[in-house]
Amino acid sequence: MASKSEKFSTAEYAVMLLVTITVFVLCICLGSVTVPVSDVFRNIWGSVTGKAASPEDVSRAIIVSVRLPRVLCVSFTGAALSLCGAAMQGILRNPLADGSTLGVSSGASLGAVLAIAFGAQIPWFSGAGTMLMAMLFAFLSLIVILSLARKLDHSLSTNTIILTGIVFSMFINSIISLVIAFAGDRVKTITFWTMGSLANTVYSNALTLLIALFICGIMILSKARELNAFAIGEDNARSVGVDVKRVKLILLIAVSALIGICVSIGGTIGFVGLVTPHMTRMIVGPNHKKLLPASMFFGAVFLMLADLLSRTLLSPVELPVGVVTSFIGAIMFIYIFCKTRKVQ
Amino acid sequence: MLDVKGITVDYGQKRILDDVSFSLKAGHWLMIAGPNGAGKSTIIKALSQGCPYAGKILFEGVNTFKLKPAELAHRLGFLSQSHEVTYSFTVREVVALGRYAYSAGLFGFSSAEDTAKIDAALQATGLSELADRSVLTLSGGELQRTFLAQLFAQDPKIIVLDEPTNNLDLVYQKQIFELIGQWIKGGDRAVISVVHDLSLARLYGTDAILLDHGKIVAKGTPDDAISGKHLNSVYSMDVVGYMRTILSAWENVKNR
Repeated sequence: MASKSEKFSTAEYAVMLLVTITVFVLCICLGSVTVPVSDVFRNIWGSVTGKAASPEDVSRAIIVSVRLPRVLCVSFTGAALSLCGAAMQGILRNPLADGSTLGVSSGASLGAVLAIAFGAQIPWFSGAGTMLMAMLFAFLSLIVILSLARKLDHSLSTNTIILTGIVFSMFINSIISLVIAFAGDRVKTITFWTMGSLANTVYSNALTLLIALFICGIMILSKARELNAFAIGEDNARSVGVDVKRVKLILLIAVSALIGICVSIGGTIGFVGLVTPHMTRMIVGPNHKKLLPASMFFGAVFLMLADLLSRTLLSPVELPVGVVTSFIGAIMFIYIFCKTRKVQ
Repeated sequence: MLDVKGITVDYGQKRILDDVSFSLKAGHWLMIAGPNGAGKSTIIKALSQGCPYAGKILFEGVNTFKLKPAELAHRLGFLSQSHEVTYSFTVREVVALGRYAYSAGLFGFSSAEDTAKIDAALQATGLSELADRSVLTLSGGELQRTFLAQLFAQDPKIIVLDEPTNNLDLVYQKQIFELIGQWIKGGDRAVISVVHDLSLARLYGTDAILLDHGKIVAKGTPDDAISGKHLNSVYSMDVVGYMRTILSAWENVKNR
């Protein structure tokens, strides 16, 4: 993959797709009940064609109604969070930026919690109110964090913006706890919003994620060159002719919409957008024309494996997937932090 | 080429630039000199549309405020004094960004002309050998040449430099100024540079502006504007005398 071309060849895409699909199938096979690969395909095909389950298809319920929607949601969420992380790291020229380290995910959680607690719903489309509030709050959080950090330190150095994000995140989490304390039974537990889980997702969630990923993905991927310019420096981007304000606004909208939707479905799954773009950058380099698409594939693979660990590690007890990603992510955070220190 | 008319910039209550006007002809190199805080860098910020200002900046009669960023980039290019690189982009990738303003289409595929201009810029700055190196591994001088090559690839009509050699060793300073001196000869082009070093301003400039507290104290040829009389009043010291003292330190050096 270390070819000098600016874009991936079809063959390189095929390899990444193949790896992703292999992990996908693996994640459907493995779990509290292990299903052979052949059964997976037969059962999925059987329910697509509407054929009734034969006696040997006992695992159909597990595969088709539990694991398949879950693994679909996990892979789309992983791809989305990873893409958002890569985009934010480019805009801010900061390898530590991510929905969770910047506090955007917490902001989105607050939006979702408020929507559920106060019953802000849109008729005919359940969950839309929660999603819209999560998206709106994600966007507002980004604006607040960016302007606060800029006020404190005009050059937006690595430390200031991450510190601002973490403090913001703690502040928002305390408000979420407060709302949950009052709204009690209506809102899911605080663990869901701080650690995330995709355990009870259904097909409609997967469809929502896919549509969001498609629309926001195009918005972000089409700005790969501008992200390269931002990653080299904002003044430099302005000098070469990037419409800094407009491009930034488009990217921030796309990122907050994606994070908002991911959070409203799976809660705050931390550090995914930190870990995978960094690993991807080490393999394919920092050019966003390659980094963005590759991050999506690796993000999907990473979260699928993390989710697999979360449900098999202490089986039958299931961990929230955010426990696994935060465990890996926190170590990665320290590693990247030390490395960027050394460069400076 | 360029007419700057009555630029005024306020930052809060403070007036940073006060009614600054000048014009620049093709083939000329304008040096903007003055003490710290005189507003030198703010002129550059206004030229790049990086801050709000009153007044007008006209490029060949067109108000640059009304241009789209890409259109402005065809006319004016900027080089700052230092660059904080974070990611391991290659020299070629950084230089290639100079072609951004020319790329059409959603994903901006590069044309044969782009490639030719990028290669020429790498060649002119002596970076062809380093084209595939990561910018994180470059020395200060090499990094500054990389961004100069990006400017050459961008091919603007006017290059605007903000103390381009501030942190560089003498050998790199000479390289950068000579490269720019060659570039300006390539036709309908001009250069504006902010300099701290008054000797450089006198040596390379064809025009000069002396700035103090946001106002133009003197303008004209470097001889007229950066003269003993004006310098003494702006810096409140005998600048020329001190410069001579500095140079006299070299008098007894044998050129072996």
